[in-house]
Amino acid sequence: MLLYKSMQQIVKVSQLTKQFNSLTAVNQLSFSVESGDVYGFLGQNGAGKSTTIRMLLTLITPTSGDISIFGYDLNKHRKEILQQIGAVIEKPDVYKYLSAYENLKLFAKLSGVKPSNKMLMDQLEMVGLASRAHDTVKTFSQGMKQRLGIGIALVHNPQLIILDEPTNGLDPQGIADIRNLILILSREMKKTVIVSSHLLNEIEQIATRILIIDKGQKLVEGSSAELFNDQQTILQISVANNNKVIQTIQSSTWANNLLPERDGQIMVGLNKEDIPNFNRMLAASGVDIYSLQARHSLEDYFLQVTAGKQHVGTFTN
Amino acid sequence: MWEHLQIELYKVFKRPRTYLSFAAITALIGVIQLGLLVDGKEYADFVMADFANSFSVDGKILNGYFICYVILQLLLVHVPLLIALIAADMISGEANMGTLRILLTKPQSRTSIVMAKFIASVIYTLLLLIWIAIMGLFLSMLIFGTDDLFLMKSSYVVIVKESDVFWRYAGAFCFAALAMVTVAALGFFLSFFAENSIGPIVATMSVIIVCTILSTMNIPLFNLIKPYLFTTHMITWKEFFDFKVNDANEAIIGSIQYPDKIIRSATVLGVHIVLFVGSAVWLFRKKDILS
Repeated sequence: MLLYKSMQQIVKVSQLTKQFNSLTAVNQLSFSVESGDVYGFLGQNGAGKSTTIRMLLTLITPTSGDISIFGYDLNKHRKEILQQIGAVIEKPDVYKYLSAYENLKLFAKLSGVKPSNKMLMDQLEMVGLASRAHDTVKTFSQGMKQRLGIGIALVHNPQLIILDEPTNGLDPQGIADIRNLILILSREMKKTVIVSSHLLNEIEQIATRILIIDKGQKLVEGSSAELFNDQQTILQISVANNNKVIQTIQSSTWANNLLPERDGQIMVGLNKEDIPNFNRMLAASGVDIYSLQARHSLEDYFLQVTAGKQHVGTFTN
Repeated sequence: MWEHLQIELYKVFKRPRTYLSFAAITALIGVIQLGLLVDGKEYADFVMADFANSFSVDGKILNGYFICYVILQLLLVHVPLLIALIAADMISGEANMGTLRILLTKPQSRTSIVMAKFIASVIYTLLLLIWIAIMGLFLSMLIFGTDDLFLMKSSYVVIVKESDVFWRYAGAFCFAALAMVTVAALGFFLSFFAENSIGPIVATMSVIIVCTILSTMNIPLFNLIKPYLFTTHMITWKEFFDFKVNDANEAIIGSIQYPDKIIRSATVLGVHIVLFVGSAVWLFRKKDILS
């Protein structure tokens, strides 16, 4: 059993790099996860999230850099560290010809646990599969498989839980269930959770800290509160003639605030107090405006950061 | 390791595919036994045609020992496919299902995972051969009875006394097990290079077919490599049915004519097993799991 050297810092990644031939999937990436964090790991497809998570789980060997978990070098203490980690990596693939109960029992044993019937049924109860415990997994829906995958990740009561795209393929109810489960794990069971997802609003609702990466490099790291400047907002403008409005903005003092269009709508980054003046300027130019919507979500922030790469660094508390 | 092996065996024997091999063996042997039971006399006459004018044979040629020899000759060509179905699927099948990555996030060493999987393939192979022995030898002895074993070699005839046959079959089955474990090791090794089961199964059979052709063709170029091909040595089980004779040209009970040949073949097969499994362990320890 591993004795934690560092209870404060659960994961510390330093200068992590992974190259696949000429492709650098992860480039000099450094970050840390503290005890009790729900650590949101964000990035576009191909940004290097899954490669990083696989390096944390020893599925991929880093080209260079260091990973320490619970204060121990992952290379030297792989087995002891993995005893304290539960993971779901992308799809929750399990043995389809076995039942949920058999899968859970098998993976519990592989995790070094001697499972009792009660323990396994309690675990299946927790993920809502007790009534289907003895059905083969091939009869399960995607959501049920995902819940079983999470049950497998938690069966040995790990301290650190790593979830790579845990809401993939789930319906809205399934996504809400996973979100609630993560919150229970964090708040009630005091687990540390690293979760990557492309559903940014989900991350926004649960993450205490967020890391955004792009092309294998860190763009920003910090808490939701730190990442969002309350005074900064993105104005989404719906108009009859985009070109005319864009020309108007480009010839105004807000030319530098213009962001790339999204879904055919004009996006402008503004300070909150500038919105009335901006509105007056547009109205004075005589364009037909259907709507002006101030957005302030992680998704906007994420797109702003990954498109413009405006921030590189770490927010400090 | 022991617990992991139990888990691997549990997985192997929970899969319906595993029992296909046993069903196929049962069907094949059943068909051969039925054919020889119904038309065995004609088959024996055909086999004895060249010798009919030279000498006559008392007793039952078509006895359980002879039937088992026929079955082994026919079956040991096809059994590699049945072994490849499981062994070549051991890693690639898990990669295909996506379970390999979950397996490797568990606190088990990669070497232990590979070895547990290989030993599970070996146990499956041995059980398949035990099943062949039960169906091919014991059931044939029950149906056809026992007598001296009459075998035709390329230039001579061998008659093994009834009392001297059984231990030879034990030795032949042990050697066949070694040959089939080599096939399992090859399939297992090839399963590291694919993320679906079909590729390694086809590749295993292709390697066996090509090497068998090279082993069989009598061309000087191929003769150079023949001693190193495992397929050359897979048929050495037949050496258990050749014995030494004394000065009066009488069989020496309990003897084998070329024991050194058996030892050499067993060594070559053993080296192949070590090479295949050693390479598999080495590759797996370094492998990035991207599936």
